[in-house]
Amino acid sequence: MRITDMTAVLLAEAIREGKTTAVEATEAMLERIADKDKELNCYVTVDKEGALKQAKQVQEKIEKGELTGSLAGVPVAIKDNLCTEGLLTTCASRILHNFVPAYTAEAVVNLQKAGAVILGKTNMDEFAMGSTTETSAYGVTRNPHNIEHVPGGSSGGSAAAVAAGECFYALGSDTGGSIRQPASYCGAVGMKPTYGTVSRYGLIAYGSSLDQIGPLTKDVRDCATVLEVIASHDDKDSTSLVRQDTDFTKALVEDVRGMRIGIPNDYLGEGLDEEVKTAILQAARVLEEQGAVVERFDLSLVEYAIPAYYTIAAAEASSNLERFDGIKYGYRAEEYTGLHHMYKKSRSEGFGEEVKRRIMLGSFVLSSGYYDAYYLKALRVKALIKKAFDEAFAKYDMILGPVAPTTAPRLGESLADPIKMYLGDIYTIAVNLAGLPGISVPCGQDSKGLPIGMQLIGDCFQEKKLLQAAYTYEQISSRVSDL
Amino acid sequence: MSKQYETVIGLEVHVELATKTKIFCGCSTAFGAGPNTQTCPVCTGMPGSLPVLNKQVLEYAIAVGLATNCDITRYAKFDRKNYFYPDNPQNYQISQLYLPICQNGGVEIETEEGGIKTVGIHEIHMEEDAGKLIHDEWEDCSLVDYNRSGVPLIEIVSEPDMRSAQEVIAYLEKLRLIIQYLGASDCKLQEGSMRADVNLSVRELGAEAFGVRTEMKNLNSFRAISRAIAGEADRQIDLIESGEKVVQETRRWDDASGESYAMRSKEDAQDYRYFPDPDLVPISVSEEMLAEIREKQPEFRDDKMKRYKAEFDIPDYDIDIITQSKHMADIFEAAVALGAEPKKVSNWLMGETLRLMKEREVDAQDLRFSPAHLATLIRLVDTKAINSSVAKEVFEVMFEENVDPEQYVEEKGLKTVNDEGALKKAVEEVIAANPQSVADYRGGKEKAIGFLVGQTMKAMKGKADPGAINRMLKELL
Repeated sequence: MRITDMTAVLLAEAIREGKTTAVEATEAMLERIADKDKELNCYVTVDKEGALKQAKQVQEKIEKGELTGSLAGVPVAIKDNLCTEGLLTTCASRILHNFVPAYTAEAVVNLQKAGAVILGKTNMDEFAMGSTTETSAYGVTRNPHNIEHVPGGSSGGSAAAVAAGECFYALGSDTGGSIRQPASYCGAVGMKPTYGTVSRYGLIAYGSSLDQIGPLTKDVRDCATVLEVIASHDDKDSTSLVRQDTDFTKALVEDVRGMRIGIPNDYLGEGLDEEVKTAILQAARVLEEQGAVVERFDLSLVEYAIPAYYTIAAAEASSNLERFDGIKYGYRAEEYTGLHHMYKKSRSEGFGEEVKRRIMLGSFVLSSGYYDAYYLKALRVKALIKKAFDEAFAKYDMILGPVAPTTAPRLGESLADPIKMYLGDIYTIAVNLAGLPGISVPCGQDSKGLPIGMQLIGDCFQEKKLLQAAYTYEQISSRVSDL
Repeated sequence: MSKQYETVIGLEVHVELATKTKIFCGCSTAFGAGPNTQTCPVCTGMPGSLPVLNKQVLEYAIAVGLATNCDITRYAKFDRKNYFYPDNPQNYQISQLYLPICQNGGVEIETEEGGIKTVGIHEIHMEEDAGKLIHDEWEDCSLVDYNRSGVPLIEIVSEPDMRSAQEVIAYLEKLRLIIQYLGASDCKLQEGSMRADVNLSVRELGAEAFGVRTEMKNLNSFRAISRAIAGEADRQIDLIESGEKVVQETRRWDDASGESYAMRSKEDAQDYRYFPDPDLVPISVSEEMLAEIREKQPEFRDDKMKRYKAEFDIPDYDIDIITQSKHMADIFEAAVALGAEPKKVSNWLMGETLRLMKEREVDAQDLRFSPAHLATLIRLVDTKAINSSVAKEVFEVMFEENVDPEQYVEEKGLKTVNDEGALKKAVEEVIAANPQSVADYRGGKEKAIGFLVGQTMKAMKGKADPGAINRMLKELL
């Protein structure tokens, strides 16, 4: 096995046992990136020097016994909307082409404390707005399974890097499916935790009430391990929760007996690709065979999730992105006459089309006279969706369904029709509106060889149930494929 | 002017709260530091930074709300007010629109005719201050200092209940005293820790509907406020009388010229696209928190005045002055508690203290001498350890440096000389040197003795008891 194909947990174990070192692993990974990334473009920035320096320091600490955690010495890739002190952080936007943060995001600090080595910053849809990583100002990222296809988005760089072995694991952010959907397209495991589980301090906001940071990993064990490290209560984030139950690796138990799993009929209807549907139902059968109780039910309100989401996320984004004005940092237009012209020109030139579209949409729904009709109504829909989920979780331990209606589309197919692209978020978006945890686990491939992901959705704080079911499924299916 | 008009005024008062740290981060609020030295990612609006509410801000806002008879909003929220300007690093200000912390209050003021009326308070909300732009004309550029960015403010919005400049000043004085008594702010108009915007319209006396109003900004003193109100009422009446219309607009007062200028009209008004700030969780005010804040409320001025009248034998005028500042009232009460006679403490405050405050432009809340030192000084005079002119001299030093008067008198050798021999010698010398005055006195000119006392005091370098000199002179003459 190539070192770069190892999971994070296995690599850390090998480093602890002295079979390899953080430096060797980092060097191997940097080589792999040099080899593969010209084609795939997973990274906006590769911090070769910094990574090697960190690797040496971490290795010393490991040898001294100061770092013993299950991720110590393992190189990681960070989505480029998470601030990293001294390291370019662009949000894949021209407007932040030169932005070097003065501080590091709390989730990344948690990783560093655990001995992570930061390889670099991964590509994404500009400001996390998009579902394909094609809206990046730094070129598209390609799907490692088929480079004519997109990796999904917005955390497409992170998902593709994990799938291509260009990192051992990665961090992403998920506002409407931005971790789960690219994980599904790339055949990785991706989890969006309960809102408030991971501090948002240092995550450059898209939709503040929906954004959560989460792991993209090669398997479920890595996913639980990374989440355990990045989850923390943070006084710097008012929406951060105090949780005593973040020992997620405890849930890595192969047992789904008696688990009640609901499959919403709404998630299997029109628009869902037949091959995806077949794979999802097959995965459900595997869990049923292991003793889970699987049922179909009506979730309702699913069709309202997309308009509500795009109203709320765009409204928050229109305000969150106001600070990018060319005054203090980032891109400033070269020629302008006066302050307002400078604002307009810098922002017109600095933001891409999709970002501008959402700023316009968000500004519109918040404007006087439309606020009640759009923004407030969307908040009411959000509350109703939460209620629908509450009712479902009174009956079921978790909900099972697809992550996306199709496998990864071909490059260039999606942006031409943004509404269609927005509709592709239908199975992931409600989870963010309700603040719930959701995980995407690979469950096969379509006839073109593109990965398919199964989504498990839990009630707030029920990550462990999801991890346990996902782990069980992964164990069973890997044994089947080994045969 | 044939018709009679009535001026209708409402105020928006911004008060900078006296917290040690900013409203949403831990940066210091201290005034006067080097540009951008009191900043962090939060108050400079760096990407990814998040606000966390300073609890002290909430407590002050609630305390002011309780003291102004407001309903405290038990489930309050912060909203974002979106507008682009370089002093505002996020290009939105975190404020409160939909669910402000205090609502439906009011305070009583005295009217010109001596009656009492209530000025309603529509709401009090919390918000963050902006940074400061500095235009460098030499370099032809603008610089921004974010030290003030994120300094906590409350905005107190009154109902349009005031009818004259006198009522406006009375209302502002009332607010100032309440807030100063709470220690929530020093409320200095000149320094900008209290800022008042005047909303003013005129209507024919007896009319029910309000006229079109203007908002006047840049009012930095009570005098400017009075002048601006008079000026704006006249301007609006002139417009109406000449058949023109008052335009709803924001105007800027220029106190130097005594005129105001239109800044922006309603048509230019921006759409602030207010919406609840998703980075801050809603505030729930618990019963316990309210009880705790109520418990800590000080005795406010009206109650204090009543108590002083009952407790202390000092003139109403003194009570009025002393209670105009909680700090001065605290000095008074503490000195009295240390055994000083109330009337004597009051005399020091009314006399030398006010004189020096005026002379040196010191605010009552910035008085530095301690009540213990004042009580000591009074005792030194009472026991004739020093005479009253030495006492005044010592007090001046106390006023500046809060020295211990006993120690200071000792060190400087200012104690009254009680040595009979030395005094007698000085008196005899003065008698010998001033035969004319001696003759005048003996000839029945009682006043001549005053001159001789003065000469003896001079010879004793002021360190004598004038009463003792007087007695001795009379004996010897």
